[in-house]
Amino acid sequence: MKINQSIAISENGFVFNPITGDSFTLNNTGIQILTMLKSGKTIDDIKEVIAEEYDVDDLVLERYLQDFFSDLKLNSLITEG
Amino acid sequence: MERKKITVAITGLNNIDSPGPGMPVARGIKESSYFDTRVVGLAYDHLEPGIYMKEWVDKTYMIPYPSKGKEALFERIKEIQAKENLDFIIPNFDAELFSFIKLENQINQLGIKTFLPTLEQFEERHKSNLPEYGKKYGVNVPKSEEAFSMNDLANILRSYTYPVMVKGKYYDAYKAYSLEQAQAYFSKLSAKWGYPVIVQEYIDGTEVNVIALGDGKGNVISAVAMRKQYITDKGKAWGGVTIADDSMLELTHKIISQTKWRGGMELELIRTTDSKLYILEINPRIPAWVYLAVGAGQNLPEALVKLALGMEVRPFTSYDIGKMFIRYSWDMIVDIDMFSKLVTSGEL
Amino acid sequence: MEKKIFERPTITRLTPGMPSKHGVGTAVAPVQFIDGLKVDDLLEKYGSPLYIFSESVIRKNIQDLKQAFTVRYPKVQVAWSYKTNYLDAICRIFHQEGSWAEVVSGFEYEKARLNGVQGEHIIFNGPGKTEAELLKAAQEGAYIHIDHFDELFLLARVCQKNDVTARVAIRVNMDVGIYPKWDRFGFNYENGEAWDAINRIMANPQLKLMGLHTHIGTYIMTADAYRIAASKLSELAASIAQKFNHFIAYIDMGGGFASRNTLRGAYLSGEDTALSFDDYADAITSAVINSQIKPDKLPTIILETGRAIIDDAGNIAGTVIANKRLTDGRRALIVDVGVNLLFTSFWYDHKINPTQPHSGLLEETVIYGPLCMNIDVIRPSLMFPPLKVGEHFVISRTGAYNNTQWMQFITTRPNIILIDTDRQTHVIRKAETIDNIVSNESVPDHLSK
Repeated sequence: MKINQSIAISENGFVFNPITGDSFTLNNTGIQILTMLKSGKTIDDIKEVIAEEYDVDDLVLERYLQDFFSDLKLNSLITEG
Repeated sequence: MERKKITVAITGLNNIDSPGPGMPVARGIKESSYFDTRVVGLAYDHLEPGIYMKEWVDKTYMIPYPSKGKEALFERIKEIQAKENLDFIIPNFDAELFSFIKLENQINQLGIKTFLPTLEQFEERHKSNLPEYGKKYGVNVPKSEEAFSMNDLANILRSYTYPVMVKGKYYDAYKAYSLEQAQAYFSKLSAKWGYPVIVQEYIDGTEVNVIALGDGKGNVISAVAMRKQYITDKGKAWGGVTIADDSMLELTHKIISQTKWRGGMELELIRTTDSKLYILEINPRIPAWVYLAVGAGQNLPEALVKLALGMEVRPFTSYDIGKMFIRYSWDMIVDIDMFSKLVTSGEL
Repeated sequence: MEKKIFERPTITRLTPGMPSKHGVGTAVAPVQFIDGLKVDDLLEKYGSPLYIFSESVIRKNIQDLKQAFTVRYPKVQVAWSYKTNYLDAICRIFHQEGSWAEVVSGFEYEKARLNGVQGEHIIFNGPGKTEAELLKAAQEGAYIHIDHFDELFLLARVCQKNDVTARVAIRVNMDVGIYPKWDRFGFNYENGEAWDAINRIMANPQLKLMGLHTHIGTYIMTADAYRIAASKLSELAASIAQKFNHFIAYIDMGGGFASRNTLRGAYLSGEDTALSFDDYADAITSAVINSQIKPDKLPTIILETGRAIIDDAGNIAGTVIANKRLTDGRRALIVDVGVNLLFTSFWYDHKINPTQPHSGLLEETVIYGPLCMNIDVIRPSLMFPPLKVGEHFVISRTGAYNNTQWMQFITTRPNIILIDTDRQTHVIRKAETIDNIVSNESVPDHLSK
C-alpha cells in the first residue's frame, strides 16, 4: 500500500490531489487515518491507534478500513504495492 | 455626503453562461451614492464565480438548496445573521423565492428586511397560470397548457401546431418541432424541475424585455425596456440595447398597477409582425441584465434597497435610449486554498 | 478513559452541484426519540424493524382538523378512512375522538362494526359492494354511497325484495381544474349523469337521499379545487331543494388532503408546499356558505380525511444490514425495511434520519430494502451520513397506507407498537409467525408424504 505523497491534506479535512486535480472532503475519522497513512504509519499501526482511541471491535474496524482503503484506491490516492 | 453603512445579502452569484442576477445587483448597490454597502453572498455551489469576486462580494456563506426545505434555510440564515447583522436580503432565483416568501415574517423578525411579492402575486404569474393571468388583467398571452405525463403531452400537442415551446416549471425552455422532440424535452425538464411541464404556443416575433420595480402599492418605481441583440444557445441575452417603446412601458404600468407588484420583476415579451405584444413569462425577480438599467440611468438595485429600508423613493421618469450591454467572460485566478476553506467551513 | 464512538471513515469527491454539509443544514439531524422514548431502546425491546405510532400525534391531528372546520362552519363530521389504516387500535382512537367510519368493502364494514361503530355512523363507499353487503348496510342504517347505475339498480332490487329502505348518497365526479381527473368513480356532474341519478333516487320511495359525495383525488395541493368541488355539490343540493323540496343532510367532501411528505418528482420539499387544514377548510366552508343553499338548511360537511391526519403519526425504525459501493461509485445501504413494509416509498421521497448524531459529512447514498427483488428501493438517491452495520434509523411519516397496502412477500411482518399519551408502549399488532401464514394453507394427500 503506497500513498501518493504529493496529496495535500488540510487539518479540516480537505484533500487535493495535484496529479489528477480532484478534491475531496474527509470526515474526522477519515482525516485521522489518511494523515497517519501519509506520515508513513503501517496499517497495523493505524489499527492499533484507532482501537486504542475508539470503542470499536477488530472485525468492524477491519471491515471499514478495508472499505476506506478501497475508496482511496478508487480515487487514485493510494496504490497497491 | 456621508454614505449610509448597510449590510445586504444576495443570492445568485452564478454569473456563468446562463447567469444569475446576483453580481449585477451587487454592482449596482456597491456603486450607490447613498449607501456604503457590505455585500454578503449566499451561495448554493462552491464554484459560483461571485464567491471569489471580492471587489463586489465581501463575504460568502453556503446555504442549503431550496429542495432541502425552508426550515434548513432558516436555520442557516439565523447562523449567518448572528455573525453579519444583515439589514436586507435579496433572493435572486425563482426556485428559492417560494421558500423566502414563506419565511418572510420569520426573517423580518430577525431584523432583516425583505421586499418580496406576496405568495398570491408569486403564484398567479406562474407559467402554468399564464392563460388565466391574461384573462384577469386583459393582456395577450400565448396559449399554454400543463402536461403531467407523456400521455398528457401527446394529447395536448394534438391541438397545437409545431414548433411549440416546452418549458420547465421554474427554468429552461426548448423549441420542439415534433412530438418526439417534445417528448425528449419533457423527460429532461420533468427530471430537473418536477411537474408540470408547460407546453406553450410558439409566437413568432422579436423578443423584447422590460425590467421593472414595483413598490407594492401599484406604483412603478423603475422600468426599462430592452431588445435582445444576441441570444445564446441557452436563450440568454448576451447583448441588448435599451429602446424607447411606450407600449411596452404602458403594459408594464398596467400590470404593476393592477397587481400591486412588490419587488423586482422582468417581463419577457414578444412583439409580433403585426405589432402586438404577447407576455411569454413574468419573472418574479430582477433579471441578470439589470446592470443595463443602472447604466442607462436607473439604479434599480439601489432603489430596491431604499424601498426595503422604508426610505422615500421617487419613481424614475426616464432612461438613456440606445445604451447597450455586451456580456463577456473572464477567467479569474484563484488559489485552491480559498476553495478548500469554502468547502470545509462553508464560508469565505 | 472512555473511548470515543467510531464513525466509519469516509472520503467524498467534490463535484459541482454537490451540496456540502453547510448546504444541507439540519436535514439529517438525528431522531433519537419518538414521544420522549429512545428509538434504540424500542428496537431492542420489540425487535427491528418496528412500526411506531404516536397516539398524541393522532389526537392532535384530528383535533386540529376539526378545529379548522368548526370555527368556520356549524356542522362538521369526520369519518375515519379505514383503508388508510385499519389497525383496530388506530381506528378506535379516531372513534374516541368522535369520528365515524368510512369503509370501502364488506371486510372494512365488518371491522368497523367490530370496533363498536353503529351502522348509522358508517359511510359505505366503493364501486364493488355485493348484494349481501348492501342488504346488511341498508338494514343497519349505514349511508350507502352509490357509485354507478348498476349499483343503483341492484340496491333498488335488494330493497324491494327485502322490503327495506336504504339511506343513500351518490358519489359525484367533476372537473375541478386539476390533473388527473378522477372520473372512474361516481356519476359525472358536467354531463348530467349525477342529476339523472338523483332523479331516479328521488322517484324511488325505498331510497332516501341523505347526501352528496365527491372525492376529487389524492394529494391535492391546491385548495381551489375543493372550493370548486364544494360549490358544484352545493349547486346540486340547491337544485334538489328547488325541484323536490328535499333538503339533503350532508355534503361529503371525501379525502385527498396532502400530508407533509415529499412526492417523488417534486422539486420543493413537501414540508414547505403542503397546505394547512385552514387552507382547505376556508375553501370548502366558504363555497358552501356562499352557495344558493338557504342558511337554515345548511348541510353537515363530512370529511373522509385519512392521510393528512395519520401520516406523521407513524414511523418505521430499522437497522442497517450492509454497506456496499456500486460500480458507478455511489454508496448503497441495505436496510431491514423493504417496500414490503413501506409501500409508500414508490411515490414518496421519505424522510430518513439516523438515531445517533454524526459528524455532518454526507455521501450520496442509495437505500435498498432487504428483499431479493430489484424494485426494493427505499430512496434512489439522498445525501446521507455514513452509518455502520447495526446502526439504526427512523423513517418518518409512514402512518398512511403502509399497514393496509403492505405485502407479505418472502417474510413475516414485524411488531407494531403504539406510544400512548402517557408514554406507555403497547403492541397493537404482534409480529407474524410462519404459522400465521401457513395455517390457512392445506396440502393435498398425494403431496403430503
